[in-house]
Amino acid sequence: MADPKLALDGVHKAFGDKLVLRGIDLEVEDHEVVCLIGPSGCGKSTILRCVDLLDTIDAGEIRLGGEVITGRGVNANDVRRRVGIVFQSFNLFAHMNVLDNVTLGARRALGVARDVAEEQAGEMLVRFGLGDKIDQYPDRLSGGQQQRAAIVRALMGDPELLLLDEVTSALDPELVGEVLGVIRELAGRGLTMVLATHEMGFARYVASRVAFLHEGRVLEYGPPAKILSEPEKPRTREFLKRVIEAGRL
Amino acid sequence: MKRRSALTELLDEEGAKGALLAAVSSIVVFGGLIALVLTSPNWEKVQRQFFSWRHFKAAWPAVVDGFWLNVELFFWAMLTIPVLALLIAIARSLRGPAFFPVRVLAVIYTDVFRGIPLILLIFLLGFGVPPLDITGLPSDPKFWGVTALALSYSAYTAEIYRSGIDAVPESQRSSARALGLTQMQALRFAILPQAIRNVVPALMNTVVSLQKDVALLSVLGLREAVRAAEIYKGRTFNFTAYLVATLLFLAVSVPLTRFVDWYTSRDRARRSQAAV
Repeated sequence: MADPKLALDGVHKAFGDKLVLRGIDLEVEDHEVVCLIGPSGCGKSTILRCVDLLDTIDAGEIRLGGEVITGRGVNANDVRRRVGIVFQSFNLFAHMNVLDNVTLGARRALGVARDVAEEQAGEMLVRFGLGDKIDQYPDRLSGGQQQRAAIVRALMGDPELLLLDEVTSALDPELVGEVLGVIRELAGRGLTMVLATHEMGFARYVASRVAFLHEGRVLEYGPPAKILSEPEKPRTREFLKRVIEAGRL
Repeated sequence: MKRRSALTELLDEEGAKGALLAAVSSIVVFGGLIALVLTSPNWEKVQRQFFSWRHFKAAWPAVVDGFWLNVELFFWAMLTIPVLALLIAIARSLRGPAFFPVRVLAVIYTDVFRGIPLILLIFLLGFGVPPLDITGLPSDPKFWGVTALALSYSAYTAEIYRSGIDAVPESQRSSARALGLTQMQALRFAILPQAIRNVVPALMNTVVSLQKDVALLSVLGLREAVRAAEIYKGRTFNFTAYLVATLLFLAVSVPLTRFVDWYTSRDRARRSQAAV
């Protein structure tokens, strides 16, 4: 059988003396959309940051397409060019307009010529409804527009894997839909994605598998219908109950 | 109804009272100070010593000539300091164990050159290095004077840059690195443009103070404005030449300071507008 697109094997990570990941095992197949759910502080974001090598893991192993990316001698920049990440707070470069934000990585990290990068970016921005925002600065855009621009930025290098870190959590409720719409479209095109999310309804709809995380471990991993409707573990049931009480499912 | 004048429209009853009070108190304070000076027993003597129109005219050409040297020295210092300081700041903000020696060197540089009083650095380099007679090194006091200024000021300026770099949110660095940019690329394209914008007012204040500190190079015998005034005083025992130099410095530094203030408040207004 072919290697999974992404595999985490006993991944540990601590910040100071705070253990955040205590042995994460997770496999994501090609074209899968995996949603990471769980209470805040359970390690969802840390997993994504570790996969993009923005944080270094303390123990374990991460493989991208069968290749170990957490060992010595790995060029982190090469890995990051193959993986896209979108952050909760957009993190667009404040001093650049949308077009420059979106093309920076392609031009400087991938060495794509300016006109080629701008043409590709222009097409994608139009597709995601940002055609008239190309020369705007981030502080002139709504949260939803900024996040869509950030998604385009992450997609520019045709990544084999897209990581989305609670990309709707910083948005006003009425803007959540437009961003989820973009993700749904990407899922429909078969892009492999890992999402940390609090949007359970969306997870049920878009995910091929859902992983419930608790205290730095994957407690349950399976199809959304199973994890979100008939979880085995009491912890998962308890979490989902609280989510339902908060009206998010 | 009687039409209100523009002034009363601007100032309500309270404001008008306040303005009147401010005017009266200013007149009393400044008038008192001036009267104190003018009625002091030796005022006439001091006036001849410091405010002689005849000496003013006589000293003017030499002092202005000297001031052009100030401008030249300032020019060379302005050319080197920002570049040197930026290199130090970059060296200091590089991450990872591989860059440890570079970071240490940058820290030593800033600690040492910020720790030495500028006047001592000027003496040490200006009088200490040329006698060494090392081939290839210039012996021109202008060169060593500007070098002393550059070393001292770049250490301070590097710290200003660094505070600007630190003020850029960590998330900006993360998202630059996430695109696959190298550390240097992330600095150059994502961090530094924002960092420098953060510290432009602070940098401009440094320029104002540099402009005046150029006068310290007079200790090396460079015939700049202060030195020229000193020579005139030595010849005539009249201090008016210093007044000429003072006015020349003010003519540059006051507009510069006004500009800094204007720029700073405009920048603040723009930022608070962007935050809405």
